[in-house]
Amino acid sequence: MKRLELWLYIAQRASALVLAPLVLLHLGVILYAVAGGLSASEILGRTRSTWMWPAAYGLFVVAAAVHAAIGLRVVLREWTSWRDRSLDLATLGIGLVLLLLGLRAVQAIA
Amino acid sequence: MRNHPSYRAFLVHRLSGIALALFLPAHLIVLGLALETAMLDGFLDWAAQPAVKAAETILVILLALHLFGGLRLLAIELLPWSDRQKDWIGWAAAAALAVGAGFVVRSFA
Repeated sequence: MKRLELWLYIAQRASALVLAPLVLLHLGVILYAVAGGLSASEILGRTRSTWMWPAAYGLFVVAAAVHAAIGLRVVLREWTSWRDRSLDLATLGIGLVLLLLGLRAVQAIA
Repeated sequence: MRNHPSYRAFLVHRLSGIALALFLPAHLIVLGLALETAMLDGFLDWAAQPAVKAAETILVILLALHLFGGLRLLAIELLPWSDRQKDWIGWAAAAALAVGAGFVVRSFA
C-alpha cells in the first residue's frame, strides 16, 4: 500500500472515531430540538449558552470535512477510472471547501 | 454475492455516505445564515412544510444508518472476532429506523 493510501486509511478511521460520539450527540439534539418547531432564537440560545457547543461543533466540522473528502475519494477511485494526482488535489479541495463552510457555520452559531 | 447481507450493508453505507457528503455543503451554508437571524428564521419557516420534513426524515435515517453501519465496520476492524457480528447489520438497521421514527414522532410533538 502506498504511503498516502495508508495515511488516508488511518485518517478515515480516526475521523470516524471522532465523529461517532458527535453524530450520536447531533441526533440526540435533533430529536430534542425538533419538537415544537425550530427557530433561530431557540437554536442560537442553545449554541451560545456555553463555549462547549461551538467547541464540539468545531471538532465536528473538522472531522466531517476530513471524513467526507476521503470517503468521496474512495468511492471515485472504486467506481470511476479517476485515479491520478488530480483526484488527490480534488479531494484536498473538497475537504478545504467543507472545512471553510463548516468553520463559517460554527462562527455564525457561536 | 450481491444478495449477501454484507454486500447490501456495504452499499447502504456507501450510498448514505455519498448522500450525506452532497447534503453537507447545503447544511453548512444554511447554518452560516445564523449570522443574519431573520434569514435563518425565513429558512426554518420554509423547512417546516411537510415535504421538507419528509426529506429531513430521510436525511436523519441516512445519518443514523451511516453512523450505526460505520460503528459496525469499526467494531469488525478494531475488535476481536465475534460470532454475533452477523447480527450487527440487523441491529444497525433497526437502530437507524428507530431514530427515524423518533424524528417523525418528535416533529409532531
